[in-house]
Amino acid sequence: MQRIGVFVCWCGSNIAATVDVEAVSEALGHEPGVVFSTNYQYMCSQTGQDMIQEKIHEYGLTGVVVCSCSPRMHEATFRKTCEKAGLNPYMVEIANIREQCSWIHKDKAEATEKAIILGRAAIAKVHLNAPLTAGTSPVTKRALVIGGGIAGIQTALDIADAGFEVDIVEKKPTIGGKMTQIDKTFPTLDCAACILTPKMVDCAQNEKISIYSYSEVEAVKGFVGNFHVTIRKKARYVKEDVCTGCGLCTEKCPQKKVPNEFNLGMDNRRAIYIPFAQAVPKVATIDPNYCTMLKTGKCGVCSKVCTAGAIDYKQKDELIEREYGAIVVATGYNPIKLDQFDEFAYSQSPDVVSSLEFERLMNAAGPTSGTLLRPSDHTHPKTIVFVQCVGSRCDGAQKGKPYCSKICCMYTAKHAMLCREKYPDTDVYVFYIDVRTPGKGFDEFYRRAVEEYGVHYIKGMVGKVVPEGGKLKVQASDLLDNRQLHIDADMVVLAAAIEPDESARPLATMLTASMDTNDFFTEAHPKLRPVESPTAGVFLSGACQGPKDIPETVAQAGAAASKVIGLLSKDQLTCNPCVAQPDELMCNGCSSCEKVCPYGAITYVDKEFRGPNRTTLLRRVAQVNPAVCQGCGACTVACPSGAMDLKGFSNKQIMAEVDAICR
Amino acid sequence: MQRVKEKAIELLTSGAVDRVLGWRAGEFFYDLTPAVFTSAEEVEKDFVYSVFSGANLSKYLIAESRKGGKVAVFLKPCDSYSFVQLLKEHRIWRENVYAVGVQCGGMCDAEKLKEAGASGLTSVREDGETLIAETIYGEVCVEKDKALLGKCQVCKSKKIVCFDELIGEQGEEIPDNHRFDEVAKLEAMTAEERFAFWRGELSRCIRCNACRNVCPACSCEKCVFDNHDLGTDNKAAADSFEENMFHIIRAFHVASRCTDCGECSRVCPQHIPLHLLNRKFIKDINELYGEYQAGADFETKPPLMDFTKGDCEPSVVYERGGANA
Repeated sequence: MQRIGVFVCWCGSNIAATVDVEAVSEALGHEPGVVFSTNYQYMCSQTGQDMIQEKIHEYGLTGVVVCSCSPRMHEATFRKTCEKAGLNPYMVEIANIREQCSWIHKDKAEATEKAIILGRAAIAKVHLNAPLTAGTSPVTKRALVIGGGIAGIQTALDIADAGFEVDIVEKKPTIGGKMTQIDKTFPTLDCAACILTPKMVDCAQNEKISIYSYSEVEAVKGFVGNFHVTIRKKARYVKEDVCTGCGLCTEKCPQKKVPNEFNLGMDNRRAIYIPFAQAVPKVATIDPNYCTMLKTGKCGVCSKVCTAGAIDYKQKDELIEREYGAIVVATGYNPIKLDQFDEFAYSQSPDVVSSLEFERLMNAAGPTSGTLLRPSDHTHPKTIVFVQCVGSRCDGAQKGKPYCSKICCMYTAKHAMLCREKYPDTDVYVFYIDVRTPGKGFDEFYRRAVEEYGVHYIKGMVGKVVPEGGKLKVQASDLLDNRQLHIDADMVVLAAAIEPDESARPLATMLTASMDTNDFFTEAHPKLRPVESPTAGVFLSGACQGPKDIPETVAQAGAAASKVIGLLSKDQLTCNPCVAQPDELMCNGCSSCEKVCPYGAITYVDKEFRGPNRTTLLRRVAQVNPAVCQGCGACTVACPSGAMDLKGFSNKQIMAEVDAICR
Repeated sequence: MQRVKEKAIELLTSGAVDRVLGWRAGEFFYDLTPAVFTSAEEVEKDFVYSVFSGANLSKYLIAESRKGGKVAVFLKPCDSYSFVQLLKEHRIWRENVYAVGVQCGGMCDAEKLKEAGASGLTSVREDGETLIAETIYGEVCVEKDKALLGKCQVCKSKKIVCFDELIGEQGEEIPDNHRFDEVAKLEAMTAEERFAFWRGELSRCIRCNACRNVCPACSCEKCVFDNHDLGTDNKAAADSFEENMFHIIRAFHVASRCTDCGECSRVCPQHIPLHLLNRKFIKDINELYGEYQAGADFETKPPLMDFTKGDCEPSVVYERGGANA
């Protein structure tokens, strides 16, 4: 029989206001095996912890139940406390009477009853707990950054700066991400390329950084400190180490009608291309969907003009296997597709553009070389209407996103301001629900747009845009003036909501990292652990975690890097001793557990067993590698015989908890 | 049918195998039961392959393949799926097995013949689509379709998926088999009706465990229902509902590994349509994860033991009205 001590925490008024803590400690004191039960205002405080240690000695406790907040919050704290008093840390159980009880109940009697039940369940479990000892595992001192936008670049640079090797995997032919397409950055209006491209070059030149461009993560195995990643390096049909980036092939290629994704399809590129002048790596890539040689076997112009001999039409996708200690997700965002917002005539008129397209129209490296011209007839627009919150802050799930995309207010103010500055004869209208400018220098920036540059900010939404006679008839309401507006615009710019890149969800599945309903990665704690994912060893950088502007992204990228550096500087990681363990006598060798194990921790051996009548039976049984097992428990539920069990969370322990709750 | 027996004799006489797993008559000529034969004489005397050879022999190979020496087995198309599934689960030692595929025209149920008026059976022979039954009261003709076992009426495949040698022709899968029609009827019921249906059916269960013992997917060293260490064996013993839980938990345990061989219902002495529980799982798996047939090949993983990016999310339960349906 265990000698159990029960410690009920008030958590100030967090628990005590809704749960009668006195009644809980009194009731739990009568449970079998409980030799001491008390309650205290802050169990996690030094005084509380001292009390637990003192009582362990005084009563010779063999098990401890703390009724407090979620084990995610303080389980580690209380385990350490008990360890110091000589108790095995895995003899501690937490009954979560805060998040799962006091915070969600109003009725004190009900909450108290539930707290007692939760405490009883924890006591029932402790009765079956056994001391566990944690092992250690080594750390591979190399990090993987998935995504080569400004977030990934900054994270990689910071990690490399600390002396660790970093690999960047970028699915596009060049790193740089969305920021390469942006013209100027708010609120200082410095040129995006001028501040980004030096960082791209730094990445390429840093000997600690390897860039896998035009590559994707294919599979992830392993766990914190020991990830095993398969990277698919897509065939670009150009030898990366031979190509000099001279660009001759991209001028001679006869296939001229390929929509240029860098300019969002507003002009064309060739079938062999370098995305933009400052691309890193500056290497040509053949687009297999358009290349005549790859499609029909006839052409070969690029190969003939290439003096370096870099073209290789027979190149195949290459699979690269690498080990990493930490993984940073920096998959970024995309503007949403605007098909569902046809009231703004996006698909009907080329003069209705998204903000990112507008960005390209203003950019010196864009399709119009930086002169703002209407895509339809290449004339200067005289009246421009900006519509904010297109797809952001939408009700319901049928259309658009429920969240604020955060960056649109500022870049719209920037666009409006730049239009007025470059072309003072244009009339610029911005329709908004609210203007949100919480950032350093942001509100000043917005007020400058209104006050100095004379942008017409109108509170209200645009109801309809109709292309008619070369104009765009904009119908809108002015909510402050309470009147309908009709504007004959030359261009309409839609501030499209942003959403996580479509590669994020499959990646989350591979990494077993969790996501929210909008496919943004979830952080381990929304306030206190914002750059760590709940999956150990997986970190978050940039807009994959939520909408962010560039300064925030860079700040988070640095934070993620510092977490990675902290992890990689350790030589050994303490393993989780709560790992799976098969009962060989029950195992029938069916391989169900092996099939479901996401970490490849299970193998099979043929082992001899004693049979009846002095015979020997050869049986195939499962074996778990405790260094690789992460204790997820998938095998324990897959095992049809119930032969697989999880130490610290055995079927019996869980059943005992359920029994205690149903008693 | 005679060729099967001849093959058994040939394999034993030539010394190619040490034992033959086949069928022999029980109390009556029509209650055929699995049996192991070790000599040509035994085969000559007792081996029977007839329209009553419904029993699936593959599960017996778990024990037989480990006994040393080589064992020959006769596998009908549906049995071959169970054979492959068991091989995938590493339960049968393949190198000790000589698998002879036998084509099958559907197996019969003596009870159904009796219902069709042929009581007092003394022998049965096939004449095309008709069964000619000799009875103590004279000759009775019954359409074969009417006398087929339930599982054979909705036969899913005549393809023998794994064999060393084939007797008769290789067959094809039968995609249009209507085997889910009965499940669809149950799905159309309200939750209360369905609950009442199953309570009624399962109330007849006597816990003889025949379904579990015959099931090729139930091949645990020790069944969780027999394991006192687990503490789950008698979990619901206080309630008459226990039997019901037994069958439902068993269906969960074999889900995505069940080949729909139909043995559970065939052997049930209480005529409980147990195969419907398994078939409901198969139907759901087909709908949620794409068509899957357990035991059809050696490569694919059972959908419930495989994770892919395309897997449905748990919320599919609510989308399908599962919480209230």
